[in-house]
Parts: sequence; C-alpha cells; structure tokens
Amino acid sequence: MTFRARHLLGIDHLAPPDIVQLLDLAETYVALNRRTVKHSDALAGMTQINMFFENSTRTQASFELAGKRLGADVMNMAMAQSSVKKGETLIDTALTLNAMQPDLLVVRHPHSGAVNLLAEKVTCAVINAGDGRHEHPTQALLDALTIRRAKGRLHRLTIAICGDIAHSRVARSNLILLGKMENRIRLIGPATLMPAGAAQMGVEVFEDMREGLKGADVVMMLRLQRERMDGGFIPSEREYYHRWGLDAAKLSLAAGDAIVMHPGPMNRGVEIDGTLADDINRSVIQDQVEMGVAVRMAALDLLARNLRAERGAAAAGVMV
Amino acid sequence: MSATLFANARLIDPETGSDAPGSLLVRDGRIVGAGAPGEAAPEGAAVIDCRGRALAPGLVDWGVKIGEPGERHKESVRSAGLAAAAGGVTTLIARPDTLPPIDTPESLEFVTRRAADAAVNIRHMAALTKAREGREMVEIGFLTDLGAVAFTDGVRVVTDTRVLSRAMIYARGLNALIVGHPQDAGLSRGAAATGGKFASLYGIPSVSPMAEVMGLDRDLSLVAMTGCRWHADQITVAAALPALDRARQAGLDVTAGISIHHLTLNEFDVGDYRTFFRFTPPLRSEDDRQAMVQAVADGAIDVIASFHTPQDEESKRLPFEAAAPGAVGLQTLLPAAMRLYHQGGLSLPQLWRAMSLNPARRLGLPSGRLSAGAPADLVLFDPDAPFVLDRFTLLSKSKNTPFDGARMQGRVLGTWVAGQRVFGEGA
Repeated sequence: MTFRARHLLGIDHLAPPDIVQLLDLAETYVALNRRTVKHSDALAGMTQINMFFENSTRTQASFELAGKRLGADVMNMAMAQSSVKKGETLIDTALTLNAMQPDLLVVRHPHSGAVNLLAEKVTCAVINAGDGRHEHPTQALLDALTIRRAKGRLHRLTIAICGDIAHSRVARSNLILLGKMENRIRLIGPATLMPAGAAQMGVEVFEDMREGLKGADVVMMLRLQRERMDGGFIPSEREYYHRWGLDAAKLSLAAGDAIVMHPGPMNRGVEIDGTLADDINRSVIQDQVEMGVAVRMAALDLLARNLRAERGAAAAGVMV
Repeated sequence: MSATLFANARLIDPETGSDAPGSLLVRDGRIVGAGAPGEAAPEGAAVIDCRGRALAPGLVDWGVKIGEPGERHKESVRSAGLAAAAGGVTTLIARPDTLPPIDTPESLEFVTRRAADAAVNIRHMAALTKAREGREMVEIGFLTDLGAVAFTDGVRVVTDTRVLSRAMIYARGLNALIVGHPQDAGLSRGAAATGGKFASLYGIPSVSPMAEVMGLDRDLSLVAMTGCRWHADQITVAAALPALDRARQAGLDVTAGISIHHLTLNEFDVGDYRTFFRFTPPLRSEDDRQAMVQAVADGAIDVIASFHTPQDEESKRLPFEAAAPGAVGLQTLLPAAMRLYHQGGLSLPQLWRAMSLNPARRLGLPSGRLSAGAPADLVLFDPDAPFVLDRFTLLSKSKNTPFDGARMQGRVLGTWVAGQRVFGEGA
C-alpha cells in the first residue's frame, strides 16, 4: 500500500501511485454501490463527523452516504449556524470536537488553509472537503475516476478547464492532479476570472473559448459563481454565455468523442446549455456524482486503515 | 559624570562609511571622539574592552507598534523598551496606530509621559488624520510642538486626495514630515499575498505588485503639487523604484523605507499558511527582494526598520487570510540584517546608514553617528556569533516572529543609551 498519509488535505501531497491506488479502490466501491445491498464494514465502530463551515448540500450528502455505506457512525454539523457565529475560534471548535474522539473529520471552510490548520490540532484523520479557493481533493479524484472510466486512461489527454478558474478550488485541485498524471491542460475563461500567474503553472491559457476547445478530449466546465458578479468580473450573464458558455457549436470544435464535465450545481444557460448537460452521449455529469460517493468511500477507507495501523503500532510501542 | 573608553573595537561609522579597528571615548553621555584601538584611557575613565567586536551607533527603528494605549496585552512601553535594548535599538519611533490612535495633543502627552520610563529613547509619530479615518487632518502644529517627529495613518491609505493634499500643504508650512503607505487601496482590498503563481495555487486572496506602484505614483504627484517633506513607508517592489528616482531628480524632498522582513524573506516563506509570515504589504517575489537589497546598497532605499508589530497568539492562530498581519522585530532586526551582511549584499556601514544614520537624520534626531558631540547611543555586537532563535526567549510580550527556529548569525552584546548601559553585562 503506498497511501500512508494521516490526512487528505490536498492533491499536492499525493504521488501518482497514491492517486492510482485510491482510484482502484474506488472502482470496487462503484461496484458495491450498484448492488442492492450497499454495505461494507470498513468503518465499523468508527465515528465520522462532517463539519461544514460553508453550506454544501451535495458534497455533504455524498460524504454522509459514503460514511454510512462503510458502516461508520456519521454526524453532520452545520458550522455556519453554530457557535462559530458566536465568536468561537476554529481551533477551539477543533479541540472541542477532538475531545469527542472522532476518527474521521470531513471539513469544509471558506478560508484557504483553514483545514490544514485544523488538522494540526486534532488526533483523528481529516479530509478536506474544500477550503476557500485552495483545494477540493475528493472532487479532483472523482473527476479523475470519471475521466478514467470514460476515456479508458488518465494520461496524455487534452483537458480544457473552462470558466471561473480564479475562484475555483475545483480547478486548482484538478490542474494539480491532472498535471501529475501527465495530461495537457488548458485553462479557458475571461481574463478577470483567470488566476494570477496561470501562465507559469505549466498550462496553456486561452481567453478565446473556441481556440481553447480545439481537439480537447475532456471539457470541464466550472460554475460561474453568481454571488461574485457584483464584483464586476464580467459585464453580464448573457454576454458570458455568448462568449464562454458551452453549447453544441462550441463543443463541436473539441474532439469527436470529447466528454463534458461539470462539478455542479449548474447554472443552465449561463455556463452550459441545458440540453447539452443532459445529453447522455456527451455529458458525464451524473457519472461524476456517482463516482463522488465511491471516491469518498475509498478515501475514508484508506485513511481509516492508516489510522488503525498507526493506533495498533502505538499500542504495540512501534513507530510507523 | 565619568568617562568611558570603548577600547579594541571594530568601529562602524555610517557617516564616514568606515569599518576599522579603533576606540571610542564617551563622556557625560556624549561621544568625545575616536582613537587608535589600544589607546590609553584618560585618567578616571572606565575601560570596556570590546575584544575586536563591532561597535556602532545604536539602531534608530523607524516604525514600532507599541500596544499602549489599548493593547497592552500585546506590548507595553516597558516591554517594548526592554526588547529594543536587547536588540541594540537605542531610539524607537512609536507609531500612532494605537487604540485610540495618537491624534491629539492630549494622547501624545500621555504616551510621551509613559515613554519617559523606558530603557531606550522613544519618540512618536502622530496620526495624520483624526482617528486615522482619512477625513480631517490632526492638529499638526500642536503635535509638532509637543515632539511628534512625523505624521502618518500607518497602513491606512488616505484615499481622499483632497484631504491628503490639504494635509500636505498644511504640513509643508510647518516643515513637518508625512509618512505614507504607498498602496492602491481599492486594488489591494482583502489581499493577503502578492499576486502570482504561489498565491493562486494556495488560494490566498492576492494583489498585484502594481498596487504599490500606483499608490506611490499618486503620492508622488501630490508631493510634487504640494512640496511637502514625504517618506514612503515601505517600498518593496522593483517596479516602484523608477518613480522614486524620478521624484528625486525633480528635486522633491522624498525618502523611502523598507522592513527587514521584506529584505530577508520572500513569498514562498509563507509555506503551508504560516501566519507569522503574513505582512502588510505581503512578502514579495525573490526578484523583488533582491532588487530591494540592491536599492538599499545604492541608496535608493534610505531606511530599514523592523516594523515591529506585536500580535497575540489569538490574532495569529487563524486561517492565513483571517490572521492579523505583522511580526515582532525589535530583537531580530540586527541579526536578520546580518544575513544581508553575510550574504555579501551589504556592508556594515551600509546597513547602519539605513538602520541608524538615515532615520535619525530624516527625523531630525542627533543620534546615528559616532562623531564628536553625538549622543553616546551605542551597540556592541558580534556579527559572526551563531544561534538558533527561540521565540519564547524574546522580551517582547508577543512572540510572533517569522524567524522562530531559524539559524541566525549576529548577537547583541551590549547597548548604551546616552552612555548608560541598558543591555548586556561585562564586555
């Protein structure tokens, strides 16, 4: 087993064999999840707490389901409405929770690096479910699994990531993961939504979507974060859709068998044409949701194995 | 008062640019003059054998935040004075960004009274606008009469150019110095890092280095318009240097400074969101850092300071972008500056020109020199002595230093203010 980490905080810390191992394990959970009895005892007796300092129904549901299917006791904490609002610090919250002896903490937080900070203070395993504009590792892993299943491989593909890249932790984790697996990555979007230094990240940057989509094997669309529109990043949604929204005409410039991805939730008619999103011949958006549960099961399982090994070794007085 | 001879010293004199063996005679709190290394002491004089270690004017630290009034748990006048003495700082210039800010004659009188008990000299800058809100100028005349050495709203940029221009015109009439933080306030709003690949990958809200250039351009235009004496608090990017040069060539009375942290650290030091490395302005690229070292060497940057900013543990134990910016620096200014010396970037006289002579001159203080008549504010140090910094050994009440656990070289052995020893023992 190569995956020996205590936490899953980002893709940056994973080596390609770790990624492959995790995806291979996830495949077994895809099969499990398609059975009538979707149950495993991998996390039996363990406690998983989902702490969401930022609302996300979909990701939280995916983690909850993953934990329950593996037999863990799962608790959801909506931190956005909790004592954090009363002035309690992140570290206080972490210490309080730690005292309850959880085994797995799944954390989403609006600030970059907050999950790393929390992981330093607790004795259990921590999974980053998205921190600020930084990383969202399980999303990148589920995207990778979806691509691998659709294209039959996870290397030497031309992958276009389009839209609001500056604000997207999905984009950041994906470009790290897909870069590690030796793919050719293109970032496409208006210059206002392109992160500073993008050109130095080993990717190609396009402002013209038609140019950027040419020959792409994978077209990964990102959600335009409407809540940020007031900041004046783009003049209007309709102009955005005209220039960067994915429709059949623009997609026709990509490879004939190109797949269309979106991390959801989608703004239909803003970043993607609704019909295209539902086109089962091109869109793998529903597959991404399915892979999400399997990848999260794999991540929870691997971290639990490491945790058990660590605790067993500690009990036996051995360093791991 | 008796005399003291500092014998067998390596004298660092920024005024003459010399770094040579010698001795220094001090009488009644003032420097009498320099002589040969082994010069005999006049009758009745005490002798301090410096054993070849460096003796230089005490540091004049341009901008130090003291938490008094309002945040005494972070730093008091007393703890700041002790930290300064241990760091070889003989004059610290306190900033007005206290709670409430130093923006009235009454508040200046209060802190001046408190400062009288400190181990080192403390002088004060006053706020430029009332409550540092950028709407109305303070009583520049009264505050100058009471000893304010300069006027600044610190890192809060006065965005209303009419308010700023009037304050500048008024200050010009009183020959008062204004200290500005060059930064475009709109562009840098919410930023915690310098824009670029690093900040983007780490997802830290960032700002282009150009915000500093834009802020500087605006300020220099106002200086040209009003003719006031002006100092750019921190110039940290290479792209800002040409504007500074043009302003000087046009005859404007302009100087510039930088923090020791921006000269010795770069954006990558932030590593995994280490909040001790969160600064305003944020740490810059390595190219910019090197350009700034060169700018100090050739005199484009006049002043190096610690920008000592004490923050308690609670202010730093937060996600990076939510953590308070700044680091303590009174005790690490000298050893950190030695990094620049050991790397060959700057000589000791060059460093002391920026850390002692220039700030004293710009603020109209008599210190920063080794010439006869100057106050005997001195630091004796070993530029080569190695140590590993443990932040809990710092005398400051707050321990937020980016150099925690760092290998450093350069140790202060003794500090004298007006001929009185305020730190160290023996020689």
